[in-house]
Parts: sequence; structure tokens; C-alpha cells
Amino acid sequence: MNNHRKIRVLAAKPGLDGHDRGIKVIASALMDAGMEVIYTGLRQTPKQIVEAAIQEDVDVIALSILSGAHDYLFPKVMELLRERGADDILVLGGGIIPEEDVPALKACGIAEIFGPGTPTTTIIDFIRSRVK
Amino acid sequence: MTEKNDFKRLQARQDAWNEGVEKKLAKYPERKKIFLNTSGIPVKRLYSPLDTRDLDYLSGLGFPGEFPFTRGVQPTMYRGRYWTMRQYAGFATAEESNRRFRFLLEQGQTGLSVAFDLPTQIGYDSDHEMAIGEVGKVGVAIDSLEDMEVLFDGIPLDKVSTSMTINAPASILLAMYIAVAEKQGVNPEKLRGTIQNDILKEYSSRGTYIFPPKPSMRLITDVFAFCSEKVPLWNTISISGYHIREAGSTAVQEVAFTLANGIAYVQAALDAGLDVDAFGPRLSFFFNAHLDFFEEVAKFRAARRLWSRIMKERFGAKNPRSMMIRFHTQTAGCTLTAQQPQNNIVRVAFQALAAVLGGTQSLHTNSMDEALCLPSEEAVRIALRTQQIIAHETGVADTVDPLGGSYYIETLTDEICRRAEEYIRKIDEIGGAVSAVEKGFIQKEIQESAYRYQKEIEKEERIVVGLNRYLSDEERPGRLLRVNPAVRTAQMERLESLRSKRDSRRVRQCLKDLRRAAGGTENLMFPILEAVRAYATLGEMCSVLREVFGEYRQVSPFA
Repeated sequence: MNNHRKIRVLAAKPGLDGHDRGIKVIASALMDAGMEVIYTGLRQTPKQIVEAAIQEDVDVIALSILSGAHDYLFPKVMELLRERGADDILVLGGGIIPEEDVPALKACGIAEIFGPGTPTTTIIDFIRSRVK
Repeated sequence: MTEKNDFKRLQARQDAWNEGVEKKLAKYPERKKIFLNTSGIPVKRLYSPLDTRDLDYLSGLGFPGEFPFTRGVQPTMYRGRYWTMRQYAGFATAEESNRRFRFLLEQGQTGLSVAFDLPTQIGYDSDHEMAIGEVGKVGVAIDSLEDMEVLFDGIPLDKVSTSMTINAPASILLAMYIAVAEKQGVNPEKLRGTIQNDILKEYSSRGTYIFPPKPSMRLITDVFAFCSEKVPLWNTISISGYHIREAGSTAVQEVAFTLANGIAYVQAALDAGLDVDAFGPRLSFFFNAHLDFFEEVAKFRAARRLWSRIMKERFGAKNPRSMMIRFHTQTAGCTLTAQQPQNNIVRVAFQALAAVLGGTQSLHTNSMDEALCLPSEEAVRIALRTQQIIAHETGVADTVDPLGGSYYIETLTDEICRRAEEYIRKIDEIGGAVSAVEKGFIQKEIQESAYRYQKEIEKEERIVVGLNRYLSDEERPGRLLRVNPAVRTAQMERLESLRSKRDSRRVRQCLKDLRRAAGGTENLMFPILEAVRAYATLGEMCSVLREVFGEYRQVSPFA
């Protein structure tokens, strides 16, 4: 980890789902772990998320969704990141995501999917191990 | 009742008993130094008549069906009729949901509970850009009266009661329901059911808001006024603590924030010139049944006592029906684990039992697989069977408020009342629930509780079986229920065909009338009903209202 710069994370809620307990808990935990977190708020389009990530020069995007729309919205975020040449950003997904959907999401470039019950420390450790 | 003298003797005996216990603690320590429930209320080692010595039976508890309704809203409670077992359902298209509804009715269910998809809840038609990926996913997609006609096709609306979980565009969906009834030849006076119509908890907890608080409150009081005249049997709002709790609040916060929202609605209706006893009896509530068993039972009792006092003392209600909290309960989705999902059956059973012992009027039991996906049919059946077992096999429904008089339950009921009242006072000082939401106060309180709860689990101060203790390797269940993405295409085709065959001049006129009404003060239910009858779409109506009212933006939670 670069000692002069905190790890910057964009915490985002794509789509229309309003259940933001999980993403807010994770945002708080990441901040407590010394990272800088920018929370987008609800109802972000993939385009808005990618714009914000580039603007804010983040190292990580953490996406959270429970409505089942991950199958469209997550790959869309990855596609737009590639288009903008920003696919070096580490992208994580969380929420209620069926295990059978995980391989496809990883294949499109999402680094890891964290399901319900994941301790926040697991996510913190994962980010620290991947962002140098 | 115990005599004063007896309390003295009792106190002496209890002090002596305590001393004895304290001596033994060195050798046999207790599991924890301090025992706290989810609201942070300390739980004592023992409760005795000394704890309830200040309780006045008549003013604090009273008899069931009588003020302050602590022991229940009906005199005989479940000895007359069990609570309504109302499972929430709906997904994909109106056709598919209609089939599920008819199946449930054939199984003897008399109430329906409709889940709408997110675009419908947020006022977008299925062909809107924001709707991509979401159509039909968490509920049924309703774009116009045409979809609503399909949804209730062959279902006699004078025979069933229908609960609809819809908030920001509640007036539009209610208007559609009324219009379908008209087509069936059913007078709106006969319609029974509930629309959630509770926008304040959307800002703090659930996120399906559209407009800013002020016009949203107007839409709600317009529904109160319209229904008290035209749809008198309809529950015009379901003031919901459920989502507040799911968002992470404690039990005390759930009671406090829900009742504070209730106060805001009553005040708004009074300000709009309505009479408290005209709309008061049609207010209903919705609570969560979480895991801390006795805390939950006490919570329901406390909520009833508090609300009845608020309606009587603060708002001067005269009709006892205005003072009772009639409520639906749902078991706590947020307590279900994706790990060892079968354990969830047991969690749900205890939560459902707490709801029944707390005196709920209707109950939804969650399915064991809900931390993974939409519930499968097998999981829904077990969830429903759980309620039936409680009702028919355990005997807990055979007497009214069976835990009433328990030293612990009564102490806890008092304590929850006291702490919730403190919050309500604080919210009053901020200027009421609307201000408290606008300033982010309620959101912040909930968020802090949610984070504390998570930290307790991670530090293993709170044990979740199968999650942070008693882990096992297991296979996740397969065959998850999925919604076909083709639903969106089907909806888009239907919209296109609707737009080509309806009287577009009439639609334009109706939308113009709606815009004018929104800018003025007349009751919006009338122009909305006209627009619905002309087959204006939900998205068209909401976008007119968006232009006039503006859109709400979330308060930053980390400011």
C-alpha cells in the first residue's frame, strides 16, 4: 500500500434498489479501516458510476444490489470502464446474488462477489491485498 | 395486588436472595457481565413484583379492546378468529402474478398482498432507461390500467381484501384498483384492503421515494380525504416500522420512528382540514418481528399503548377505533442467513410466535431461502405452515395476551415506552418527522445502530448460529427461482400497443388536468382517477408530477 495516499473507494448503488444498509455498513467499516470512501447515494446508472469513479480517481468500486438486476447492471459497469480505459480499477460486488451467477460476473471482470454474512474484515483484507 | 407492607417484606427477601447469589458468582460467574437486548436495555437477572409495583393495571394495561389497548385491540383476540395469514407475492408479468393469486385463493387464502417491481414503485414505465434490468424482478410490473385489469382478472374485488406495497405512486395504483373494480361492477364502497402509502419511511429506510416530502405528504392526505368519502373500508396507509428495522434500527427506534411518522401524517391531515376521527380509524401499521423474543412481544404492546395515548391526548380523538394500532407483522428478513438456510425456518418460527404473542392482526412469515433469492414454492409453503402450526397446534392463541402480567414483559413494555417517548420528544424538538428526515437525523440513528449490530456480530458479542459459530460446510440449494428477462420485452410491446390504440387526445387532456391540479390545491385523486381511466401510463402521470413537484435527493449519509 502506498503510504502517502489512502486507498480510495467508490461505494455505489446501481439501479433502483433502495436497500442501502449493507453498503453503508461496509462504507463505515472501510472508513474505520483508514480508507477514503465516496458514497454515490441511490439510483445510479452504470454511466454515472463510471463517471464518478474516474472523476474521483478511485482505486476500488464497491457495487451493491439486492433487486436481482446485477445480471444487467454489473456487466454494464465493466463494459463502460473498459470503454473509458479505466478497467484497472478493482471492482467488487455484493448483495443478494445467486451463486450460479458468480462465474459470469467474474468472467466480465468483477474481482470478487461478497454474499450475505461476509465479515467486513474479509472485504477490507481483500482490498488491501489487491490495491498496492 | 400486593399490599404496600408486602412490598417491604418482599424487598427484604429479594435483597437477601441477591446477596446469596452475589456470593456464588465468584465460583459460578454468569455468561456476561451485563446482558443487553437489541435496544441496549439492560436485562436484569430476575424480575419480581417489585419491578411492576408502580404499574397501574387500569391506566397502563386495561382490558383487551379497551384503551390503552396494551393487551390487544379486540376483546377476544384469536379466540374469535386467527390473525390473517397474508403472504406477500408477485413477480414478472400481470398474467403470471394473476395465476399465482388465483392459486392462492383456491387454497383458501382470502387476502392478497401485491409486490410491485421497482420501476413501478419509482414511477417509471417498463420502457424507461432506468428500468433496464429491473422489470418484473422483485414484483409485478404495472404500467397502466390494462396491466391492472390482467392482474385482477377473474378475481372478485368485492370478495377479497388486497394489500398493495406501494408508496410514492400509491394514489395512482389505488386509482387503478378502483377503476378495475368499476369495470367489474363493484362499488368502491365495498373495496377492502390497504395501500402502504407511507413515504416518510422511504426517505429514511427503503429508498423508493420520488417527490420531496411536502408534495408527498399532500398526495397522502388527499388519499385520506378521498377514501373517507368514497372508499370508506379501505386502509389508507400502513405506517411502517418494518423497513426502519430492516435498515438496522433497534426495537425502540422502530417504535419511536414509526409513531413519529404517524404523528406527522395525522398532523398533515389535520392541517389539511380533516377531522381526526374521520381518517383515524383507517390508519394501519406494519411492524417487524425480530429475534429478541421478549423484547419483541413488549415492543408490540408498547406501540399500542403509546399510539392510543398520542391519538387521545395529543390529537383529541374521540372514537376508540382512532386510538387503536391495528398492525400487520412480517418476520425479520435481515436476520435470515444465507449460511445453513434451513436454520431460518426456526428463526422465522420464533419471530412469528413473538408477533402472535404481541397481538398482531396479520402476519407474513419469511421463506428460508430469502437471503439467497426470491422464495421458492416449497419455502413459501413451509413459511405458511409455520403460522398454521402456531395457530392450531401450540395453544398460544387460546387466551388473550398470555404474557400480560409477566414481571419481565411489563417492565420491558414500560421501558420501551419510556425510551420511545424520549425519541419522539427529540423529533418534536427538531420540528417533527419530516424535518428529522430532511436533516438526516433518523437516517443517522438507524445507520449507527446497523453498524453497531454488524460489529457485535464480527466481535462475536452477538452469536448467529451457522454464521459466526457452529459453522459447517454445506451446499447451497440449487433451483433458485428466477425471473425471465423477456418480461421487459413483453411489457414494452404491450406499452407500444396500448399507446397506439388508446384515445391519445383524451390522455393528453387528462395529463394537462393533472398538471393543473398538481400546481393548485384540489384533491389529486380525482384527476389521477380520470387519467387512469383514459389509460394514461404510470410513467406519464409520474413524470407530470415530477415536473411540478421536483424530485427528492437523498441526504448524504456520511456528511
